Amino acid sequence: MTAEASIVTLLNGLSYGLLLFMLSAGLTLVFGLMGVLNFAHASFYMLGAYLGCSVARGAGFWLALVVVPLLVALLGALFEQQVLRRTRRFGAAAELLVTFGLAIVVLEFVQLAWGRSVQDFPPPALLQGPAFTLVDAAGEGLWLKPGAAPQALCATASCTPFPATRAFMALVALLMLLLLWLLATRTRAGLVIQAALTHPQMVQALGHDVPRTFTWVFALGCGLAGLAGVVGGSTFVTEPAMAAALGPIVFVVVVVGGLGSLTGAFVASILIGLVQTLAVGIDASLADLTEAAGWAVAPQSPAWLLLRPKLSQVAPILPYLLLVAVLVVRPRGLLGRREG
Amino acid sequence: MRGGTTPPWVARHRQGLAWGGFALMLGLAPLLFRSGLAHAVLTQIGVAIIACLAFNILLGQGGLLSFGHAVYSGLGGFLTLHALNAVAAGRLALPVSLLPLLGGAAGLVLALPLGYLSTRRGGTAFAMITLGLGELVWALAPMLPEFFGGEGGVAGNRVVGAQPLGVSLGPQRELYYLVAGYALGCSALMHAFTRTPLGRMLEAAREQPGRVGFVGYDVRQVRWLAFMVSAFFMGVAGGLAALDFERVTADALGTLRSGNLLLFTVLGGSAVFFGPIIGAVLMVVASVLLSELAHAWLLYLGLVFMAMVMYAPGGVAGLLLANLRVAAHGLFRPLLRPYAGMLLAALPASAALALLLEMTYLRQADSGRAGRVQILGLALDTRQLAPWLIGTVVLLAGAALFEVARRRFARAWSAVQHEIAARQAATRREGAA
Repeated sequence: MTAEASIVTLLNGLSYGLLLFMLSAGLTLVFGLMGVLNFAHASFYMLGAYLGCSVARGAGFWLALVVVPLLVALLGALFEQQVLRRTRRFGAAAELLVTFGLAIVVLEFVQLAWGRSVQDFPPPALLQGPAFTLVDAAGEGLWLKPGAAPQALCATASCTPFPATRAFMALVALLMLLLLWLLATRTRAGLVIQAALTHPQMVQALGHDVPRTFTWVFALGCGLAGLAGVVGGSTFVTEPAMAAALGPIVFVVVVVGGLGSLTGAFVASILIGLVQTLAVGIDASLADLTEAAGWAVAPQSPAWLLLRPKLSQVAPILPYLLLVAVLVVRPRGLLGRREG
Repeated sequence: MRGGTTPPWVARHRQGLAWGGFALMLGLAPLLFRSGLAHAVLTQIGVAIIACLAFNILLGQGGLLSFGHAVYSGLGGFLTLHALNAVAAGRLALPVSLLPLLGGAAGLVLALPLGYLSTRRGGTAFAMITLGLGELVWALAPMLPEFFGGEGGVAGNRVVGAQPLGVSLGPQRELYYLVAGYALGCSALMHAFTRTPLGRMLEAAREQPGRVGFVGYDVRQVRWLAFMVSAFFMGVAGGLAALDFERVTADALGTLRSGNLLLFTVLGGSAVFFGPIIGAVLMVVASVLLSELAHAWLLYLGLVFMAMVMYAPGGVAGLLLANLRVAAHGLFRPLLRPYAGMLLAALPASAALALLLEMTYLRQADSGRAGRVQILGLALDTRQLAPWLIGTVVLLAGAALFEVARRRFARAWSAVQHEIAARQAATRREGAA
């Protein structure tokens, strides 16, 4: 891989990791505060993408970017108030089960309302094309050109574009991270949330409405998922399988980072985003590695089965392997503070 | 506790009677339902009974919610078919009827490492870890086509090897009786497991993990061992399913299969031993018959599941037992009217919901053709406004009526429960005096 291709792959991994963080932040916040694992979190991401797709067709992408997260947050708040709150008396397992049921209902509803095929959800004109292009011209070294590079230049030098949608995804996630941090540390509501994380009874005794805080935080988590849906749906693909594809990865992120730890979720998101994106670009297998180390494995030996797949092929299972590794070495997660 | 109507010998042999009834039902079912479809459905029910009961060792007894349990049944299926092909090639001398036990062994061996990892944490973390491990094994399948058979999966023919007593397992009915025998045996073994010290400690670890630790038991080891027992029976179920369909694909390991198992075990009722048996029957009946009847059946299933978790977490079995308890005290009469009221309100509301959903589905499915459809014997045009409007109005009105009826029922129900509690307290006082 050339230097500029490596840089772009790295940036792609970072932007994907930041998208993962938009999802895992809400999930881990809700879990930390309410002890509820929202199995349907990725379903809210999917709802965001589909609603964003419909709103963008009627009123444009930028309006969808504002309206849809609010809409998804409202749906989340309704679900928390009407369903989750009634289930709380039966314990954490029942709450997990009811969100599992919601995931099924949302998936079927989406297929009912929008159909089973892939939706056409193009990014807006501003975000089409590259954000910048890395140009490696002979003798001049590596330099960065904003926007697309002219054809004539790329005929003589090697050009690697970085898509604007990816840059926008990273930008939105970073802005959200900043806002979340300001909310948590600089506002009264944030302080109440932080206090309710550790001492819910005390916060209630001081006269704060903790159940309402739960609703707000749940809505916030869903809203973030909806925002990620609008951005991710237009960048990647909007289809019924998108929730099932991303959901388990987000769970892995949350466990690897440490349940309930926002910083841990951030670190794990970036880590998994990078690992998954980098692995796709590497066309080598473990067999190549052992061969380079002087131990050639014959195709007949049973070890060949495990060593043969190329790293690009095993990319989908790397997050789960990471999960296993973290569980073996550090069961509470990278930055988790408590067991179980 | 009970009303005076039960003869004492019934009370004394309650368990034996229940098992006898279960065996009789398994034995007589194919004689009552004679069509080929019925036999296929019954076979699947037998397999599902083993799978749901095995799943419930973790869920009901251990309080552990696994989201990746199909991995163990799936692997059992693959190993059974590989063994079947080995028998066919003459490399293995085992009767086909014993091969599901090999499948069970495969599940157990896989649960050795995966169960160790899963049970590192309890509660919510357990659920997420099992989900991750399930995804891991499922994603591995396409990378090892030698074992998992790639896209087409692994196929076999079950009419091979020795045929003891002239049983070839070729006809569906012979296979059904094999499955029924396994279902009965495995159910009895799993019921016996609930009585073993390990089974008891598993329940204790569900209720009070801290105290189990203080008494000197290793909670994690208890869960790990139970996990392996559960995986063994899952593997047996997978092996039987493989013999039934004579083909296994990677779908058998998938999240969808695991989710189905969870959903129907909860629907059937995880708190009672026989609950998962009801769930297994519902699972097969729903996926075979309901999917023929309604397009949006998974949506209905999801809604019913959510309602069940919200209002009756004991599942069908819990509802059944609660009502039997009321009836045993002779207090069912005051509940009849509220029940009828709920039913009357629910009928139009659910019919209207079904109408709206099916119309949406048809609009989506054949948007190109004319929107005229036949639903419930009514010829409706999905392009006109009227059916949508009427459906919405009926749905909203029905939902409002149902909420009124539900509140009335809740009042009547809690009055009856108070009455039962008062009677029991009175009996206890008499006993003490």
